[in-house]
Amino acid sequence: MSELPKARIATASLAGCFGCHMAILDIDERLIELMQLVEVDRSPLTDKKRFTQRCDIGIIEGGCCNEENVHVLHDFRRNCDVLIALGQCAIMGGLPAMRNAIMHSDAPLRECLDEAYITGKYIRNTTHNVPNDPALPLLLDEVYPCSQVVEIDYQIPGCAPSGDIIFDTLSKLLTGKFRGFERDMIKFD
Amino acid sequence: MSGTKKETGFTFTIDGVEITAYAGQTIMEAADEAGVYIPRLCDHEGLRHQGSCRVCTVKAGGRSVAACTQPAAPGQAVENETPRLTKMRRDLVEMLFHEGNHLCPICEASGNCELQAMAYRLDMTEATRFPYLEPCRALDASHPDIALDTNRCISCGRCIRASQDVDGKGIFGYVGRGIHRRVAVNGENLADTDAEVTDHAISAEVCPVGCIIRKRVGFAVPIGEREFDHGLIGHDIEEKRK
Ligand code: SF4
Ligand code: SF4
Ligand code: FES
Repeated sequence: MSELPKARIATASLAGCFGCHMAILDIDERLIELMQLVEVDRSPLTDKKRFTQRCDIGIIEGGCCNEENVHVLHDFRRNCDVLIALGQCAIMGGLPAMRNAIMHSDAPLRECLDEAYITGKYIRNTTHNVPNDPALPLLLDEVYPCSQVVEIDYQIPGCAPSGDIIFDTLSKLLTGKFRGFERDMIKFD
Repeated sequence: MSGTKKETGFTFTIDGVEITAYAGQTIMEAADEAGVYIPRLCDHEGLRHQGSCRVCTVKAGGRSVAACTQPAAPGQAVENETPRLTKMRRDLVEMLFHEGNHLCPICEASGNCELQAMAYRLDMTEATRFPYLEPCRALDASHPDIALDTNRCISCGRCIRASQDVDGKGIFGYVGRGIHRRVAVNGENLADTDAEVTDHAISAEVCPVGCIIRKRVGFAVPIGEREFDHGLIGHDIEEKRK
């Protein structure tokens, strides 16, 4: 009865590989400790697709490569007090951002799609079309880091971030003790 | 203190630590010997000093100077790791990340890279204050044993000096001015030069980042077990003091 109310956490994977969500599981048995402090709202971990109520912390994996990513990110910003970019893709675009600076190309997105679906040597695409089903979200001209779309409060680096840095940061944030990362935990790979 | 003559050396201080120096030594050379690390990118042991990256900026005699080129002076009180200088260095490193295309997760230098290691040392989690410039830069894989991914070049000029002064070849050189100044090879492609994988300029220690690549060795040491995975850049120098 005297227990503190649990903090609510939401997570989403945008233009990421789900590696950062897997990295959350690398917290291992400390997850039990963490679950004493939090309740998970909207997240692939709970399979909840919408916010059921306002959240204390939102965790974003991946940057924005299509319009749906942007909508989800705005939704998170609106519904979360603190927003965390988790991992290199969320922080700076990561691997998907490789398509932003294709050499000698004036239309890198077009060139990327052509190579992936039409002209690439090892492609077996019998339709010879770039997928264009109306259900597919429109791709953005570039892949954007989360911080270029909404305000981000904290960034946890790594590809994927270690279970240690995720646990350390979350548990310190939840208890109001976060004062920056331990230097030996900062890694961009 | 400062009255002693050349051969016997003289002393000055860095952040209050007394350092002995000899006439003609730069602040950085004297600091290195004494086990005080001053961050650096364009300076490299055995190469002529260039003084261009400014990451080594220290305060001496009330002025900001490059520790790699500034001669040590008797009695001087030099500031090195102050919050202000550290922030300025972090800003410089951050701008280098913005200026090129640094995708560490796909870079084979990750973990051995001095730029990345400097970011770690300076507590830079990621460069996000400005939009990325995302320049379109060339990849030159023409040479059978060497590749150049200029997306990651920070124009430190270490390869230029190594090739010119150590190898006596002059394979690399600067072209252009200002923000357009780039490092280019002396030929159409690297394959058209007399570059060899055994050149000092091509060795792992010269290029601080993942631009000059020796083919087929990139992942011999896995990510997580590399030079700066187990210690901050500069710790080898700092250990001398203990
Ligand atoms: S050169 Fe260094 S900073 Fe640039 S991508 Fe490679 S590891 Fe990262
Ligand atoms: S290729 Fe490497 S050594 Fe040469 S200037 Fe660029 S970063 Fe420096
Ligand atoms: S190390 Fe001194 S200016 Fe680059």
